[in-house]
Amino acid sequence: MRPDFYERIGESVHRETLPNGLQICVVPKPGFAQKYAFFATRYGGMDTRFCLDGAWLDTPAGIAHYLEHKMFDTKEGNALQELAKNGAEPNAFTANAMTGYYFDSTEHFEENLAILLSFVSVPYFTDESVAKEQGIIGQEIRMIEDNPDWQLYMRMMRALYQTNTARVAIAGTVESISHITADTLYQCHRAFYTPSNMILTVVGDVDPIHVADLARRILPRQGGPVIPRDYGEEPEAVFEQTTRMSMPVASPQFLMGFKCRPSLDGEEYLRDTILGDMACDILLGDSSPLYLRLYDEGLINSSFGGAFEQLPGAAYLYAGGDSRDARAVADAICTEAERLGREGIDEDFYQQVRRSAFGENLRGLNSFENIAVALTEGYFHGYDPFRFPQVFDTITKEDVAQFLRQSIVAERSALSEIVP
Amino acid sequence: MTRTKLAEGVYLTYLPARKFKTSLLSAQFVMPLRQETASAYALLPSLLRRGTVTYPDMGKLSARLDRLYGASIDPTVRKKGEQQCVGFVASLIDDSFAPGRERLLEPVAELLGELICDPVTLHGRFLPTYFESEKTNLLDAIRSQLNDKREWADRRLLSEMCASEPYGIPRLGDEAGADRLYMRKVYTQYRQLLSTGQLEMIYSGSAERRRVEQALLAAFSALPRETVRPAEGGSLHPRRQEVLQVTDAMDVTQGKLGMGFSCESEDTAALLLGNTLFGGSSNSKLFLNVREKLSLCYYASTLYHRQKGIITLSSGIEFENYQRAYDEILSQLAAVQRGEWEDWELEGARSTLPNAYASMGDSQGKLENFCLGQAAMGQSETPEELAEQVRSVTPQRIVEAMGTVRLDTVYFLKGKEATE
Repeated sequence: MRPDFYERIGESVHRETLPNGLQICVVPKPGFAQKYAFFATRYGGMDTRFCLDGAWLDTPAGIAHYLEHKMFDTKEGNALQELAKNGAEPNAFTANAMTGYYFDSTEHFEENLAILLSFVSVPYFTDESVAKEQGIIGQEIRMIEDNPDWQLYMRMMRALYQTNTARVAIAGTVESISHITADTLYQCHRAFYTPSNMILTVVGDVDPIHVADLARRILPRQGGPVIPRDYGEEPEAVFEQTTRMSMPVASPQFLMGFKCRPSLDGEEYLRDTILGDMACDILLGDSSPLYLRLYDEGLINSSFGGAFEQLPGAAYLYAGGDSRDARAVADAICTEAERLGREGIDEDFYQQVRRSAFGENLRGLNSFENIAVALTEGYFHGYDPFRFPQVFDTITKEDVAQFLRQSIVAERSALSEIVP
Repeated sequence: MTRTKLAEGVYLTYLPARKFKTSLLSAQFVMPLRQETASAYALLPSLLRRGTVTYPDMGKLSARLDRLYGASIDPTVRKKGEQQCVGFVASLIDDSFAPGRERLLEPVAELLGELICDPVTLHGRFLPTYFESEKTNLLDAIRSQLNDKREWADRRLLSEMCASEPYGIPRLGDEAGADRLYMRKVYTQYRQLLSTGQLEMIYSGSAERRRVEQALLAAFSALPRETVRPAEGGSLHPRRQEVLQVTDAMDVTQGKLGMGFSCESEDTAALLLGNTLFGGSSNSKLFLNVREKLSLCYYASTLYHRQKGIITLSSGIEFENYQRAYDEILSQLAAVQRGEWEDWELEGARSTLPNAYASMGDSQGKLENFCLGQAAMGQSETPEELAEQVRSVTPQRIVEAMGTVRLDTVYFLKGKEATE
């Protein structure tokens, strides 16, 4: 394994691709007691329609998440307990476009890694064990349905997108998961849990050679075919511009999204993401004139914030928080974006935000989980996230102004509100 | 990990580390949690964060922080045992990563000192606009605790169970207390805090101790110290004669069951371990039975409050499963009390806690939170010492300590329809 060294951020990465197509990244962290492993597949809540063995399959909403729950079952019992016995804290999450399994431990790392690789690559379900999970996931769905942040986000996505499967709730609904069977779960596992669709990232003071040897020994020798997926043909226009619901909350909340042009894979993807984040900071970050004015006027409080996100076939900038007058905030955001696009961005302010954004990105490298997730997303989209200082250098304030002119306009927006 | 006296009632916990990208600097006043003062102290950090004499508004403060490579100085309000801790946590990138190799610790410490000792004032008071706007924000923050139903239920349980003890007072105080705040009084309380409050400073990063001490002494030279009241330890929860039952109804889709238990044993290491076996990990009796075996919930977990001698349980269930969940939880507690567990369950619990303690040194945020808790409660064990205590606990000690655990309070949040 050859290490790549990144001088500006003081990190290095050992990378290797196994003959079965599995990508391995090891990030050494001398001096840390914790060792962290993250094993991920490029498969998530959005991947409901795909082509396997020449036939297009439509699977129930929530199946990737259901599969994540069931992967912990093994022929011998349950991998969660196997890992917990060694003091490891295992867990997993399903996102829109990935499912990741991970643990951290200070002792028995290699033993734990062997368990992780094994339970994620060997499915074991019965009709009975699949049925039993309905109750548990049903309660997980009920829990998030009572969560106003989740409602705001889902309703904003459903307003922004007409067909893209970013509209689909990752956990599905109590109804949709009732159609999941052991057979469909096996099919999804066969399609997406192949070494060539996966990446293993280890962060910590470990020997990279041992990590690769374990993966070679435990995982299948063969990779799998590329699985075509259908995320839907998404038109430019939003589905609806406003959506509103009532829930038991203390004060009104909102989330506003702007539908942006999705990026192509490669370093452009990273550049567009950094550019979108910079635009968000300049437009409405903590030190922006807009934020300070709205805060002074009492239209927002410290809950206000925003970010830029990318998913397959979807990119959006969003902002939200508590406000007694969400419409006024929404109008102010559009007006300010228009002004910045027209007048340009103050040079001093641009340099100030750039410095801050660099510090923020660097701070993210304290977290092993952040590092692993960033390397995984980078691998899935063909870029190297540790090149962020170099990519920062290529972005100018004119690029940001151009982005604001193009994407942050009222007709590309959707406003999601929750009122008491 | 060392804690030394810097000045009258001012302590520095110095945690040297070269492995992080950032340094952390925290300044926290530790005050007894009281109904009369809780809201005023909770208001102070955000009020002070509005402006200093040199940087009189949020725009100037943000610009200063941005230029220090995105350093952050966040207001914090925490409850540690029966103490309320208020202040700021600063995070700055380590000098070695500043592209111009600038020294960042000194200017950040200076700004921190200014925020605490030298706020912008008018005629010897806070600015009325800042005061009113932060009072409104505090009221909003208190009210919006309703939004997260899980945390809401956890808090309701504690406030009912410890209704006549400081531990039942919420971190931010209550709505009535916040509503009554007026400026002259808050300013007086602020001056009292400066002169008599125990001040805990915590530093984690690569700078030498002398440099940190000098930076802090210079930054806080204006602190008007008088006789400092040292923080007092809290008292244990007095046992109830009859179980208290509390039910709320709200328009929610999932019910929340909370249970509070009193513990009369002083063997805290045995209770820590007993709690882990009962409901403190994904290996616990509650996880394996209430969730995995009976599929009654997505989460059912317990927390041992070391400083208060209580265990609290938090769970989300279908309304109609209340009795089944309740019975099963008590029957699992009884099993722990009888010493009924497999070897691997104990082994897992024994290694989960030391793993958590061992990896604490890998996170500046977790370390800061731990050290503050220890200082606030007048305790001095290091994470390593706590891990050692847990390792040496015998099964007999668990049975004896858990044998003193009794149900004290039951809280249930149910749906609206169920009441009609």
